[in-house]
Amino acid sequence: MDKLKINQEYCKFVENRLPKTRFFPSLLWAFLVGGLICCIGQGIFDGLMALFPSLSKDDVQAYTLVILIFLAAFLTGLGIYDRIGVFAGAGSIVPITGFSNSIVSPAMDFKNEGWIFGVCVKMFSVAGPVIVTGIASSMLVGLVYYIIGLFG
Amino acid sequence: MFLKYLIVFGVGGFVCLIAQILIIRTRMTSARILVLFELIGVLLQAVGIFEPIKNFANAGITVPIIGFGASLARGAMEGVKKAGILGIFNGGVTATSAGIAAAVGFGYLFALIFKAHSKKS
Amino acid sequence: MLNRVGERTIKFTKTPKLISGYAIVGPKEGLSPVSKYFDYILKNDLFNEKTYEIAERKMLEQAICGATDKANILSTDIDVLLSGDLLNQIISASYSARQIQTAFVGVFGACSTMTESIALGACLVDGGYCGRVACATCSHFSTAERQFRSPLELGCQRPPTSQWTVTGAGCSILANEGNGHNIVYATFGKVVDFGINDMNNMGAAMAPAAADTLRALFRDTNTTPSDYDLIATGDLGKLGSEILVDLMENYGYKMGENYCDCGQLIYSNKQRSFMGGSGCGCSASVINSYILSKLDSGDYKKVILMSTGALMSTTSSQQGETIPGIAHAVVIEKGR
Repeated sequence: MDKLKINQEYCKFVENRLPKTRFFPSLLWAFLVGGLICCIGQGIFDGLMALFPSLSKDDVQAYTLVILIFLAAFLTGLGIYDRIGVFAGAGSIVPITGFSNSIVSPAMDFKNEGWIFGVCVKMFSVAGPVIVTGIASSMLVGLVYYIIGLFG
Repeated sequence: MFLKYLIVFGVGGFVCLIAQILIIRTRMTSARILVLFELIGVLLQAVGIFEPIKNFANAGITVPIIGFGASLARGAMEGVKKAGILGIFNGGVTATSAGIAAAVGFGYLFALIFKAHSKKS
Repeated sequence: MLNRVGERTIKFTKTPKLISGYAIVGPKEGLSPVSKYFDYILKNDLFNEKTYEIAERKMLEQAICGATDKANILSTDIDVLLSGDLLNQIISASYSARQIQTAFVGVFGACSTMTESIALGACLVDGGYCGRVACATCSHFSTAERQFRSPLELGCQRPPTSQWTVTGAGCSILANEGNGHNIVYATFGKVVDFGINDMNNMGAAMAPAAADTLRALFRDTNTTPSDYDLIATGDLGKLGSEILVDLMENYGYKMGENYCDCGQLIYSNKQRSFMGGSGCGCSASVINSYILSKLDSGDYKKVILMSTGALMSTTSSQQGETIPGIAHAVVIEKGR
């Protein structure tokens, strides 16, 4: 028998045998947790705006993100964030708290491999791509914007 | 007030819902999801439709990583406006430096304090 | 003259004996339906050590020492230790061997290491080269997770086809004489790859290899599934074992009630382990506790043990390679 043909047949066969999971609960949890985290962010933002009216909106925005990152890092340290992630899925990945979790979790995990080669190196094992693609794409946007500025 | 939070909840939840569908359908890992949504944010900012969404949804769109991407792009654009070519290099990072520094700093701090727990489920 | 039957199966003529087994598992496995058979259950999965890696090798050391104690021999009486595990460069096995101080042969068969080492050990004993062989392996959820998937604290969902790496270790002592169960046949498996590339669906990746080895064993020994009291696969999980049953039916063998999968046995449905257990420690702990006691009690007279392994690494899977599977089978008959 043709080996490739078996492969495709088998993969199709496995595809059909995959357990039918219930989509809906996980979607609902992602929606609820994601929405809740955003609301917490909005709450912090509004609170800071009321407490420190002299700050600019952008600064308050930055403070809000720092506080959210701190909270997520703390919950990760306590070992709670990954349990939220088990049922929330994308709901706890996509908010900035997920970014924080993805930096703190490998840092904690690789403590035993030493500070330089463990914590410092592995800290970016998950979130590194986010920073790299983010900076690279922002440079691209800046470049395009600059070129447009030259002509326009 | 209540409506504002409802919109924040709805938009933020919707973004996560889309991501969850992607995870289920394509088995993307969390790093890929973060990169994808960040790039969406960069794109939204670059074509100029992020600001209107932000004015409507507030934290609903700035708290998801989309907001992080948008800040990067906005920083680069403003940097170019202010400093010309140098802005291409320092604009994006300057705008998001607080977030990155917070994540790295707290990551270091909590790695110092805590130890990874084993999972139960 | 070669002591072989059929195409691929080894027939042992001097009946090497499995004289004792010891199984040690982590706290989660301690809640399993077969937990009463385990010799030792950890209270915390760090085993009072600094790192999970040290905990893993401490489990392995305890399994080896426990098995030799049960067989009433000293660890220095072992001629060769055959051992392996899942970590890079099989460090758990090598570092345990540093403590045990016997001749050591490192074997790697991913999750198939348990029966691979039993089959190899039986060959050494049968050939008259060794009097006593220790076959041991271990795995630890936290070390495997760190190496193969994501950091422990990362909040992400496990896909429904994923399996839970068993925290556990097991050791079997084989000897040329003494009071034990007879190892009669062994079939070494071929590496079979049907093109599954999903790291979270190992059961489906390993099932074709398991079916291939099982078919070879049945054909070579001229037996059918109903000739055995138990056919136990290592860690195919729920999906993998369903696929195996289907594949075997395609090959013309009907698997009946006597078929079970160690990965499915070790966790109850309530434990959120999805398809079941996996890892070297899965088959090692179940074989050396549950199945061995059932052989002792006479519930089983003739069993096939077949651990299954997926031979990929993080590098190969990141480079888009598919997952090759392997399975080694041994046939054991009740002897005591």
